[in-house]
Amino acid sequence: MRHIISVLLENEAGALSRVAGLFSARGYNIESLTVAPTEDATLSRMTIVTSGSDDVIEQINKQLNKLVDVVKVVDLSEGDHIERELMLVKVRAIGKDREEMKRMADIFRGRIIDVTDKDYTIELTGPGSKLDAFLKAIDQTAILETVRTGASGIGRGERILKV
Amino acid sequence: MSGSKIMQLSGAEIVVRCLQEEGIDHIFGYPGGAVLFLYDELFKQDKVKHVLVRHEQAAVHAADAYARSTHKVGVALVTSGPGVTNAITGIATAYMDSIPMVILTGQVPTHAIGEDAFQECDTVGITRPCVKHNFLVKDVKDLALTIKKAFYIASTGRPGPVVVDIPKDITAMKADFEYPKSISMRSYNPVVKGHAGQIKKAVKLLLEAKRPMIYAGGGVILGNASAELTQLVKLIGFPCTNTLMGLGGFPATDRHSLGMLGMHGTYEANMAMQHCDVLLAVGARFDDRVIGNPKHFFEQPRQIIHIDIDPASISKRVKVDVPVVGNVGEVLKELIRQIEAARGGPDKESLKAWWAQIEQWRGRDCLKYDRSSAIIKPQFVIEKLYQVTKGDAFITSDVGQHQMWAAQFYKFDKPRRWINSGGLGTMGVGLPYAMGVQMAHPRATVACVTGEASIQMCIQELSTCKQYRLPVKLVNLNNRYMGMVRQWQEFFHGNRYAESYMDALPDFVKLAEAYGHVGMRIDKPADVEPALKEAFARKKDLVFLDFITDQTENVFPMVPGGKGLSEMILV
Repeated sequence: MRHIISVLLENEAGALSRVAGLFSARGYNIESLTVAPTEDATLSRMTIVTSGSDDVIEQINKQLNKLVDVVKVVDLSEGDHIERELMLVKVRAIGKDREEMKRMADIFRGRIIDVTDKDYTIELTGPGSKLDAFLKAIDQTAILETVRTGASGIGRGERILKV
Repeated sequence: MSGSKIMQLSGAEIVVRCLQEEGIDHIFGYPGGAVLFLYDELFKQDKVKHVLVRHEQAAVHAADAYARSTHKVGVALVTSGPGVTNAITGIATAYMDSIPMVILTGQVPTHAIGEDAFQECDTVGITRPCVKHNFLVKDVKDLALTIKKAFYIASTGRPGPVVVDIPKDITAMKADFEYPKSISMRSYNPVVKGHAGQIKKAVKLLLEAKRPMIYAGGGVILGNASAELTQLVKLIGFPCTNTLMGLGGFPATDRHSLGMLGMHGTYEANMAMQHCDVLLAVGARFDDRVIGNPKHFFEQPRQIIHIDIDPASISKRVKVDVPVVGNVGEVLKELIRQIEAARGGPDKESLKAWWAQIEQWRGRDCLKYDRSSAIIKPQFVIEKLYQVTKGDAFITSDVGQHQMWAAQFYKFDKPRRWINSGGLGTMGVGLPYAMGVQMAHPRATVACVTGEASIQMCIQELSTCKQYRLPVKLVNLNNRYMGMVRQWQEFFHGNRYAESYMDALPDFVKLAEAYGHVGMRIDKPADVEPALKEAFARKKDLVFLDFITDQTENVFPMVPGGKGLSEMILV
């Protein structure tokens, strides 16, 4: 089953490699991993999307907690939460495609953030499934390049992850 | 945080002062370019004694054994690059067996890091998968606190090795020195006390058990909980088995002891483990060499209580019913208190019937061997070693058949007397382990049980033993084969002994003599005891006893890989 796990960890050099190394050493999946400092500069927050049986997810949680740099671990999938991912897509935008691409970006509430006479770069935010849907909806041959951040997640309402 | 009065010291001085503050009396190491300032400071003082080994791997092994035999933190010091890569096997060995260690490594100067400088390697990167934690010190101001953290992390919770990588320029720069007395880290808070409610559940299960079993691992030794474990067994009269790492955690000569369990465990221990209805696992981790195939293990229903300091060890290979996370000593104390407070003990009738069954299994005499053999049987050597040393020596071992025979035939009644590489199974540890133990216990009897293959992996340390006058006794079970490899080839690979024959062996007697030691070759069973007596009477000499043993002897019982615990090959 797919799980989205949030980790607060010391903002130290090498902390990311400890987490990445743990996953590869123990053969756990990483679907995506994002990390950035928080409002407290001594802490980073990481979001890991992974999958595995309940036993494997339990071990992932325990092994993450065991890392000395890790301060807190929360499996967001255990409760209500919101996930968002950012995608930048560069598409061919010439002739009749130019108007069509703009319309599709509008429908998906995307924004065109770079324009040349031949292409658009579209910024799109949402759950991963929405980004997938956008890529399916547009003409496949028009896609020149895509880049995605991987999911970030946060608990709904009173669910707060803090030190 | 408060400490002694503040003064300006160089990084190298700070390191040495930190070691002194930690009460470290011996460190094991090998000098090199990146650690010259450190060695210069070691030279100027005499509180911390440095032991010069002949290869960095041995430095780490020796410091590891120092820790295993004393409950102190072992410290090794190596230079950058090849010093570190040579140390890796030692670090990984300590990591697999959860040994508290601090390894100080030299690094190229901070400005040269990342430039492929001479003797540079990414120490933090290379060691990361085999340490509890590691640090690269980038500012001399952080040095003392980092070393404090290293000792704290290494010795608390589930112990383990911690690497502190120190660039050369940091050891020359000056900073205010104040050694913190205590420390707390928001990201690291090991649990000590067990959850009282969980312990209550455990007590209920134990008192209702009809066929109970206690399975005790290395955690009992590391947690200094042998006294509590022994008290518990005496109180409730349950059978107790020890893992390879747990030998000595419960006295082997006590009638409640079923000996070691696992791949080469006793028939009675493995059968009781498989057929018990309530299992109390104490500081053990259900290793593949211990419970065999987990599917087979699950075929018999049983309730499992698991006491361990590491939450990640719980329900990793085997689902348990009552987990108790905490220091094993603390948890056992509380468990004993609650059992004493509970009205009525375990069901006497059931326990009697269970013991009758166990005695029947014990009657199988699974460790028997041919005592009339004209060729020296390796088991016989260990039995005689046990008798000659009155069961009171520190025994280190290498890895292979001789290790299993030592574990089976030397009855350890005390913790920290059996020093071996259980998790990683590192050939070559035996001699450096014996050095570390002898350094920590200068007057103790120390013997290293080894084989002609293992001993050659760190044989250069005979030179270190000469330099420091370490009178360890090497018991070489020389069967001219990598015995355990040969055994597997005999059982599972159609007797095709691929590369397991140790051809072109040195003359070990002459080799020992070349290093300035005493060498003895023994090839008749009748000479075994006299030779051992003579060797152990030489209190000041290292004696290399080369026993020419039966080439065809195998270790029994044996649970073949992938088989269940009760599916043993018996002699």
